[in-house]
Amino acid sequence: MQPFGRARAAPRTGVRMGENLLYFTELLSMPVLDLKGRRIGRVKDAALVPLVNASRIDRLLMGGGDAWLTIRYDQVGSISLEKGISLSDEKLVPYHDDEYMLRIARDLLDQQIIDVTGRKVVRVTDVTFGIVNDGVRDTLTVLDIDIGVRSIFRRLFQGVLPPRWIRRLQQPIPPNSIRWEFANVVEPDPLRRLRLNISYQKLEQMHPADLADIVEDLSPAEREAIFETIDSEAAADALSEVEDPKMQASILEALEPEKAADIVEEMAPDEAADILSELQAETSEEILDEMDSAPKTEVRELLEFKEDTAGGMMNTEYVALHHNATVTDALAALKGNEDLLEGLNTLFLVDGDEKLVAAIPLARLFLASGNARLQDLAAETLVQVNVDEKQDRVTELFDKYNLLTLPVVDEDGKLAGVVTADDIISLLRQK
Amino acid sequence: MRKLLSRFRYHIAIFFAVIGPGFITAVVDNDSGGIITYSDAGARFGYLPLWTLLPITLLLIITQEMCSRMGAVTGKGLSDLIREEFGLRITFLLMALLVLVNLTNVMSEFAGIASSLGLFGMSKYITVPLAAMAVWFLVVKGNYQSVEKICLFACVVYITYVISGFLVKPDWKEAAIYSVKPVLMLEPSYIYMLLGMVGTTIAPWMQFYLQAAVVEKGITAKEYAQSRIEVIVGCFMTSVIAFFIIVACAGAIYSVAPKPIEDAADAAKALKPFGQYAFLLFSAGLFNASIFAACILPLSTAYSVCEGLGFEAGVSKRLREAPIFYFLYTLLIVVGAGVILIPHFPLVRMILLSQVLNGVLLPFVLIFMIKLINKHDLMGEWVNPRWFNVVSWSTVVIIIGLTLAWIGVSMRGMQ
Repeated sequence: MQPFGRARAAPRTGVRMGENLLYFTELLSMPVLDLKGRRIGRVKDAALVPLVNASRIDRLLMGGGDAWLTIRYDQVGSISLEKGISLSDEKLVPYHDDEYMLRIARDLLDQQIIDVTGRKVVRVTDVTFGIVNDGVRDTLTVLDIDIGVRSIFRRLFQGVLPPRWIRRLQQPIPPNSIRWEFANVVEPDPLRRLRLNISYQKLEQMHPADLADIVEDLSPAEREAIFETIDSEAAADALSEVEDPKMQASILEALEPEKAADIVEEMAPDEAADILSELQAETSEEILDEMDSAPKTEVRELLEFKEDTAGGMMNTEYVALHHNATVTDALAALKGNEDLLEGLNTLFLVDGDEKLVAAIPLARLFLASGNARLQDLAAETLVQVNVDEKQDRVTELFDKYNLLTLPVVDEDGKLAGVVTADDIISLLRQK
Repeated sequence: MRKLLSRFRYHIAIFFAVIGPGFITAVVDNDSGGIITYSDAGARFGYLPLWTLLPITLLLIITQEMCSRMGAVTGKGLSDLIREEFGLRITFLLMALLVLVNLTNVMSEFAGIASSLGLFGMSKYITVPLAAMAVWFLVVKGNYQSVEKICLFACVVYITYVISGFLVKPDWKEAAIYSVKPVLMLEPSYIYMLLGMVGTTIAPWMQFYLQAAVVEKGITAKEYAQSRIEVIVGCFMTSVIAFFIIVACAGAIYSVAPKPIEDAADAAKALKPFGQYAFLLFSAGLFNASIFAACILPLSTAYSVCEGLGFEAGVSKRLREAPIFYFLYTLLIVVGAGVILIPHFPLVRMILLSQVLNGVLLPFVLIFMIKLINKHDLMGEWVNPRWFNVVSWSTVVIIIGLTLAWIGVSMRGMQ
């Protein structure tokens, strides 16, 4: 780093409205002036070094003569639309490709990025900088990524019309940009991701369905990059929301078996089994081998069933109690199964041989006293199917009895799993 | 009876199971522009144009193969890639040209609808607006997938050309000779015909469509070998149909009296061995081809443009989410159909012109494709083999040469 004392402050002249903004289209080919005010070259690109600062332009790349030169941010005196860039230190070093640089023109412009707040994939057309003066020098900070018609207009006329005219002519077009903090660059190469300090933590906060939509819009390599980096739970949720089973399979296939296994473990067993059954036997074996034993056995069992039977549709996430249990017992059981609560709407009662005897709509618990017996709260008719029951018949039952959850039993009448309404909805949508 | 029906359904299921992007593209290739251009070539020049089919088929295979390979390897559409690698300005320019040329193609599809139904005396002032509305609603609100299946199946009508090609008793010896003997003439109408043949078979918009379809289907580099076979089979199919259209027209029209195709009734004569059914068959074929392409073409154009320029696109999006996409899509249909309604609009000449424009635009799209597919950081080990580059670059030169020759010869003719 240069000691600050060496840089000379250039006085800023005439600050008008909007003067503190600069578009990348304007920065490109802006003249660079040395200490005596002679033009020594033009700006070719600008670069961030995200590990040092996430939004400050750290280097300007200048073309003049044969080779490109690097201007560090602290070698700049002033930046203005009229005069260009005046240096405060003209000892420039030749540019060599620096792996820690995110170059605006090369790496950002025209590429796709993720708009985290808008929850979609967008293409970068221009970048808006703020010119910040700290009393010593002007520094550029990335403010916005521009994506709309307005930025397309600027790009088309950049270099054709004077920048002032372009600014005036674009006024009637509504701006369309996203804040830099909410823009997520997509980089398939893991090493470069590290060097550019790119993480996908922001994506983990999104609703899984939104994340799935975004992932579907990206190319396979980019998809893989995201699933590789985000935590397994978020990845599992998003993966179950991806609509096309073929795409789900190819995402898992592309990941390392350990990572894939981590994700599959986090998924509902029935969904995990569905995806694994889409994979080639070899790959799904590899993934199963990497899994912990408890979820592995569940998934393996589910994999045994044919896809178009009740057994193939069901999952094993249900809460079953003994038929003599009370409401208090039920509440205790729920406390132990908090991860199931979100989708739970029915409790099941089984007898001593684990045979299914009754189904209890969860809401009825609220109206009953603590010592009431669950049996007395049971639904009037117990609708159940055998694991071999055909898919069509299962859908029919959901329609006929307006079910949310349908218990599935094996040949001995033991509760084996449940089919839930969300499975049916996905199934019908795929048809 | 029921058993028979279920067997029939089973066969249809198989038929659709093997169909992928390559096959669909091949079928759409013989749209109204294809039918009319090949018919005109045969009616006017007899067996002479047959020699073009071999090189055109080779080139068709090469371009389609490149597109599907790019789609499978990068997982991105053609306009996406052009934007990422060549920047906004070039993309904008190319997209503007694509919209213009595709607009003439949409016109030609509606012209096909107008002329096919015109054979039965139905007024274009009724048929074209109805068809335009039907297309708009089918794609935006309705179930395009089932329309696609019906259209694909209805393409069986093309077999009538193969049958007719035999029934008109063409001069097979001559047909065989001219299939391999190139004939070059510096005559504007001949060069115009050649450009049209190239443009209709290897239409630029199809490259965008095919690549998008490969990406949409999620075909990956690993599974790509299968798709390649499908693409090649599809290309041959296109060319076989083209061969028989030309032969049928040469046998039925040229051998009686060489004349250019002026309207649909002329073109229908190629099927005259079918007697009173000739009109019906031709009309059904042309109508089916036109409406199928009219569904795909505006949609594919709006997609390519919006993707390239970074606007939201897709019929699954709502109007408010993707305004530019819907605007462009609607505009293409409204203008494409609207122009056809102009009284005394020369329908057939419009169709022919649009295919020539395809031919003129093609080399420019090809240039970008070749440059993209040779980028190592994009394609890795999947870059073009050397001979692919040789063939495709020479094609670019030849087609640009043809265009220049056509302009040159026509200008000289005007003086």
